[in-house]
Parts: sequence; structure tokens; C-alpha cells
Amino acid sequence: MKRLASTLLAAFAAMTAPALAEPVISDFTLDNGMRAVVIEDHRAPVVTHMVWYRVGSADEPPGKTGIAHYLEHLMFKGTDKIAPGQFSKIIAANGGQDNAFTSRDYTAYFQRIAKDRLGLVMGMEADRMRNVNIRQDDIVAERDVVLEERSSRTDNDPGGRFREQYMAALYLNHAYGIPVIGWREEIESLDRDDALEMYERFYAPNNAILIVAGDVTPDEVEALAEEHYGVIEPVELPESVRATEPPHLAARRLEMRDPRVTQERIWRGYLAPSYVTDEGNEAEALSLLSDILSGGTTRRLPRMLTLDTDIALYAGAYYSGMARDMGEFAFYAAPKGDTTLPQLEGALDWMIADLLKNGVTEEELARAKKSAIASEIFAQDSQSSMARQYGAALTIGLELDEIESWRERLEAVTVEDVMRAARAVLVPERSVTGYLMKAKSEEGADG
Amino acid sequence: MRTLALALAASLAVVPVLAQDDASRIQEVTSPGGIVAWFVQEPAIPIVTVQIAFDGGARLDEKGKEGAVNLAAGLIEEGAGDMDNQDFAAELDDLSSGIGFSAGRDGFSVSVSSLSENIDATMDLLHVALTEPLFTDEAIERVREQVLSNLRSQEKSPQAQAGRRWYAEVFGDASYATPVAGTIETVTALTRDDILAAYGRMVAKARMKIGVVGDIEADALTALLDSTFGDLPEGESLDKTPVPVRETGGLIVIEEDVPQSAVVLGHKGILRDDPDYIPAYVMNYVLGGGGLTSRLTDEVREKNGLAYSVYSYLYPLDRAGLYMGGVATANARVAKSLELIRQEWARMAEGGLTQEELDAAKTYLTGSFALRFDSNSKITGFLVGAQSAGLPIDYIDTRNGLVEAVTLEDVSRVAERLLKPDDLFVVVVGKPEGMESADTLMEGIGG
Repeated sequence: MKRLASTLLAAFAAMTAPALAEPVISDFTLDNGMRAVVIEDHRAPVVTHMVWYRVGSADEPPGKTGIAHYLEHLMFKGTDKIAPGQFSKIIAANGGQDNAFTSRDYTAYFQRIAKDRLGLVMGMEADRMRNVNIRQDDIVAERDVVLEERSSRTDNDPGGRFREQYMAALYLNHAYGIPVIGWREEIESLDRDDALEMYERFYAPNNAILIVAGDVTPDEVEALAEEHYGVIEPVELPESVRATEPPHLAARRLEMRDPRVTQERIWRGYLAPSYVTDEGNEAEALSLLSDILSGGTTRRLPRMLTLDTDIALYAGAYYSGMARDMGEFAFYAAPKGDTTLPQLEGALDWMIADLLKNGVTEEELARAKKSAIASEIFAQDSQSSMARQYGAALTIGLELDEIESWRERLEAVTVEDVMRAARAVLVPERSVTGYLMKAKSEEGADG
Repeated sequence: MRTLALALAASLAVVPVLAQDDASRIQEVTSPGGIVAWFVQEPAIPIVTVQIAFDGGARLDEKGKEGAVNLAAGLIEEGAGDMDNQDFAAELDDLSSGIGFSAGRDGFSVSVSSLSENIDATMDLLHVALTEPLFTDEAIERVREQVLSNLRSQEKSPQAQAGRRWYAEVFGDASYATPVAGTIETVTALTRDDILAAYGRMVAKARMKIGVVGDIEADALTALLDSTFGDLPEGESLDKTPVPVRETGGLIVIEEDVPQSAVVLGHKGILRDDPDYIPAYVMNYVLGGGGLTSRLTDEVREKNGLAYSVYSYLYPLDRAGLYMGGVATANARVAKSLELIRQEWARMAEGGLTQEELDAAKTYLTGSFALRFDSNSKITGFLVGAQSAGLPIDYIDTRNGLVEAVTLEDVSRVAERLLKPDDLFVVVVGKPEGMESADTLMEGIGG
């Protein structure tokens, strides 16, 4: 086990200097290659136990979109030892809650439960890592469930469908452009073999990361992990088959009209480096830039578009950088009153041009840093979000020391760093601009 | 594996909820000026969270001026004392603090999060906001537009439409019939005087409950209670006489061109202080409260793949108890889903639970109680919620005993008393097949 000296020191310092309090983190790796991180939180006698697999929708074979997420659903069906439909019931009968989620780069399973039940949930999670039992009976019903999930999240909502079209346009070749839940037409034909093939290839200890947060000690977690996960043989993992993204040479534009749209909006996005792919501190710089632009009503976009000029109902920007292959920087706004989408786009363009020409101020940068550091302190209040932060970071390929040194890197970002990152990313030729609009016949019908 | 699980469940010890010696961890503190708060001192993270609930909320809206309380709540952060909205936001930003205001059906809530080193200054800001809100015309128009935009999109959202229509039909004249945010008509017509009048009713010491968790000493806290809340108007407590709830079942179909219908259903339930509340809560966990483990999920989702989400819940408002449920399912499968839900409603009403189900429900409900207390903000929410519900300060220690005491007979009696499949009032929004598609009311469907 590698216990990090710096975190012990930080924990000690916390007693005298509260603002420097940092979570107590330790880690170890089992002989079969399974990584583990322990986040101590002794406030309540509960634990959050998560297993993250380095496989997500971006790893799906062509024609099989949605298979990573569908497999996630099927993982609850039982194993050779656990009867069909009993997995979650056993967790619940032990006072626990469980669920799972799938993203572009990972699939994660978790339980929240009393601390004396950690061994039980580890045993169950280890069991289904290699021994899932998917019956043909479950295949059709669960696929229908997934299709209903897709309707709820996407098909019933024009905003959801617009977002999907936008993402598909943002990526020319990379699977990040595919919706995590999959395209409806392809979900409809997914079958048991597709799920099992994905499972056999990617569900193994050497492709998994264990995160345990809560009222535990690293030693007890390591002992339990050895017992339950340590006995599983590693597999030979497939080469990464992900497509690369070619240079973006042409600005792309989308317009979607829908009779069920009541509030029009504009979306403008650019590909950006991620925390994994950036060469220096571009990810931190872009994260700070997004705060400078929209981290509250005093920031540039809300202030100028909703207050000073009063042309937007809301306006903002975000940087999404926790991704293995690339990130995204995007702007969004909704027009107000008689303002048209092209006028709002003009205002956004003016603000971007002004940013690139005149830069950001030292004061803006200092405020953004302060806000980011405070957010990290508040984030420690939630055991599950701490577990998620570490799980996501490690699964996409960051190392613990990179997470630990996040604050130093953030504090070192200069105005020049922010502007260099902004200039590299906010290039018109690399952009996608989307309009979500009301149906034509309804235009002007109700202000 | 099922028997193994039950054996484990039976051995589940009664775990303390907060940590050791929890009974003494929740203190009731009273300031020199007589302000009472429930308080848990938690030094692990250098933050303090405060929640304040004022009894009343949208029920204080006058007829025809629905949405005034909600708009007033949204305007408090838009300027107070000598600060305009930018000054107020900048002050919060400098402190890295957050203050949020929100209106509900029965209450107006304030939630504060602050680094412990800044709690005095943060509470100062809250004091100014609560006692000297500006309600400038400019801010009123801006926030009104945001509310109206939301109301317009809800008019196209199947889920929101179904809920809105359900409450309108079930509550007729009572304030619960109208959404907290009001209607497009009422919000459009609100004047500044209406908003001031609403605000004058919202804040009253006699109807205030406070919960505080974090890194602060009791003495420092009581001083803050006086300086923040001491000069609020005294006001008076509200009449809690129950309002009439529609007693007969029915079905309304609102046509909307979406692939998936949203269904909201329910009938009369019980109030929080009803002696049957805990047995009802245990019963509902099995019927449709237990996520992936409930009977409704088993029938509608697991066996038939009809929906991603199907649920039921007790909703004890201050002046009306409701027993609610819902499902979202493809248009072709609405009728089948509703049939299964009614069937489960009836099966529970007639047969209650099996011993095995009751045992599993108890181990879940008692074992998972601790999961509600694993963060400062969750504990703060509990402290305020428990006071608003009139629960004793030692409820955290007695609650699991109340659950353990529930018998099969209790559940059968309560199920028979509460569950009335023929009285279910159902609103479907979508294009359900094989159902009356006109917006008409049919009495006594089902059974």
C-alpha cells in the first residue's frame, strides 16, 4: 500500500488551519492489476463502494451503439450464485442502496451501505465481475426498459434530441459523438451475444478501479479487496480501438425546429484538450476561463447578456474536460423578448472576440481560482461525490498525484495561460453552432 | 442465495445513525433573544451549513395572485439594503458562500453554505437580504421573464402537464390546485405591490425552523441567530385545517405528440402526524417506494419491460395527505401499465405483505436510515424537516424502533384503509393507444 505522506500532513494541518483541510486518501494495487483508492470519511458509519470499468460508449463496436449501457442494466440480472432479479434486493435487505451509470469512458457500479456490510457488497460485486448470468428471458424486457429510458431522457424532449444532434456534429469521427444510451434504431437490435462479448472483453480486475469512501481504514479495505477481488484472474485486454478525431476545418451549423419548443436557444461548442490530453495546464486554464465567463451572475456572460444588454434570459459557458480523449468548451444562451437567435449569436461572437483581443484581468482570474478552491472544500461534504470524482479521474487515466497536485497547478495558472488556451480552442473553423427553434407555423404566435 | 441474504439481513445490528453517542449530538440551542435552532457540531470539514424553513410558502398566495410568493423568493438575491444584485453576488463571491431561496407548496426555505471562517459575514448578508430586499422594477421584470419562460416550457412537458392537471382536478379551489410558480396569467399580472405583500407574509419568526451543522461553536451560533433573525417580524402560526381532496377516481387524457406518455395518478393519503404513517411508509416501500425492489417495479419493469421508472409515494402536505404514483411508458403500453399498477394497488389492499417482504422492508428502512446522514447538508435538511413535521429531537434514535414495531396486521389494516384502486385519479399526457383521447373526464374507470 502506498499511503500518501502529503495527505497525512494535510489532515494534521486541518486541525489548525481549516481552510487547508484535505481529504485523507490512500491507494493500493492488487497483484491482478486492480487499482483501489480509499477516501476516509468518519462522520457517519457508512461506506460508498464503487467499481469502475474502463469501458464506455466510446468503446462500442460499430453498429452496436448503446451496448455498454445495456450491459450495465443486464449486470443486475444475477450471477451463477445470485438468483435472477435478486441482486438489488439483497443489497436492500441489508440496508443498502445500489445503482450504476454508464458514460463515454466508463461504466461504474456502486452501493451505499452500513460499514459492516462492505465485505458483503464486495463479494457480490466481485462475483458479477466474471460470473454474470444473463438469461434470454431478460434480454427483451430489459431492452424495452432501455428504450423507455431513452424516451424519457431524449425522445420526449426536443432539448434532448437537439443536444444529441449537436454532439453528433461536434465530433467528425470519434465515438464521443454517439449518445451514451445509443441510437434507438441500434438499441432495438442489441442482443445477448453483443452484451456478453462486451462483458468478456472488458470486465476484469485489470480493467477495473475500486473506490471505497467512508468510515473505513485503508488496511481493512485492502484486506477485504484481497479476499474478494484478489482471487480473480486478470485477462488480456483488447487494444484500444477508438477512432481518432481529424482536424476540424469547417465551422458547422445546425438548425432544429420543433413544435414543442417554447424557449429558443443557441449552443456553440468547440473541441478542447481534456485533463488527460492537455500538454501543460490548458485544462485548468479552460476550467478557470469558464468560471470567468459564467461562474455566477457577476461574471461576463450573465452580466453582459442578461443585465447590461438585457437580450438573454440566461447565458453561460462550460468546460467539460474529464474525458480520456478530448474535452469540449461551449457557450449557450436563450434570447429574450424580441431578440433573435442571430442577434444573440452576434453578441456571443462579440464577447468571444473581445475576450481574445483584450484578455482577462488578474482580478477575474483570482476570483475564479478562489471560487474553484472553495468548491473543492464544499465538495468534501458529499461522500458519494468524492468517490465519483476520484473514480472518474482515475478511470479516464489521471494519476493520483495529478489529482493531489490539482490545486497547485490551478494556482499556478497565469492570465497568459488562460489566453493561450482560449486562443487555441476558440477558433471559428472548429466550432459547431446550433439553433433550437420553434416550429415555423408557430412563430410569432405567442411572443 | 436468497436464504443467505435473509440470514445476513437478520443479523444486521442496530447501527447508530450519526456516529457514536448520537442522541447527544443533536442539540437544541436557544439564543438570548429566544431564537431556537437544532444544531450538530461537526468540525471535520471547515464549513457551516444552515437551513431555515418558514411555514407557509405558496399557500400564502392570494387567489388570482398565485406565484407571488415564488417570485418574491426568486427576487431576494436580486438586491437588498444598499446592494444591487451585482453587489450582493459579489459579496457572496468574495466570501465563497452560497445563499439560496426557494418557495414550496407549504414553505419558504433558505439554505446557506459558508466556509466556517466566513459564517459571520455570510449571515450578515442573509440578514440584509431578509430584512431589506429591494424588489426593484428592473429585477422584477427580469425574474418574471425567467419564471414565465419556465411556465411556458412546462406547458409542453408531458410530466409537468400531467402533474399540474392532477393537482388542479384533485384540489379544486384550494391553493394546492395551482403550481407554486403560479400560471402564465397570474404571474404576468403580478405588480410590485403584490410581491411586497406576499413577502410581508412569508417571513415570520413564529413560523421559522432552523437547522445548523458544521464547524462552529454553540455560543458563536446563538449570537448569530440573534443578529440574523432577531428583528424579523413575529407573525403568527398558520391554521393547518385539512383541505378537501377529490374522493372519486377518474381518467383524463391530454393529447400531446410524444412517443412516451407521462402518467400521474393518486388519491387521498394521510398526514404526517397520522398514527398510521410509519406502517404506511413500510407498506409503500414494498408497493412502489423501493426503487428496483418494489412490486410495481417487478411487475411493470422487470417482468414486462414496460417502463424505466414506475413508483408510488406518500406525500404528506401540511393540509392534505396524498398517495401518489406515476409511470412513463410508450403510448402503446399505457393501458397495460395502468392495468398492472391498479392490480398491484388492489393486491396490496386485499392481501398486505408477506412476512418475508415485511422483514426485508424493515432491514432496508432501518439499515439505510444512516445513509440520510452522511453529509452535513443532508443532516441540516433533516434537522429542519423534522422540526417542520413536529417530530421530537430524539426522533433520530427512536425512528428505527418505530419501523421495527410494525406488524403484518398493521400493514394489512393500513393497506386496506389507504389503497383504493377505484378512487385513483389518473392523468395521462401523450398519445396513449386504446384510451379515450379526448380531454374528457370518465368517472369510475377501473376496478
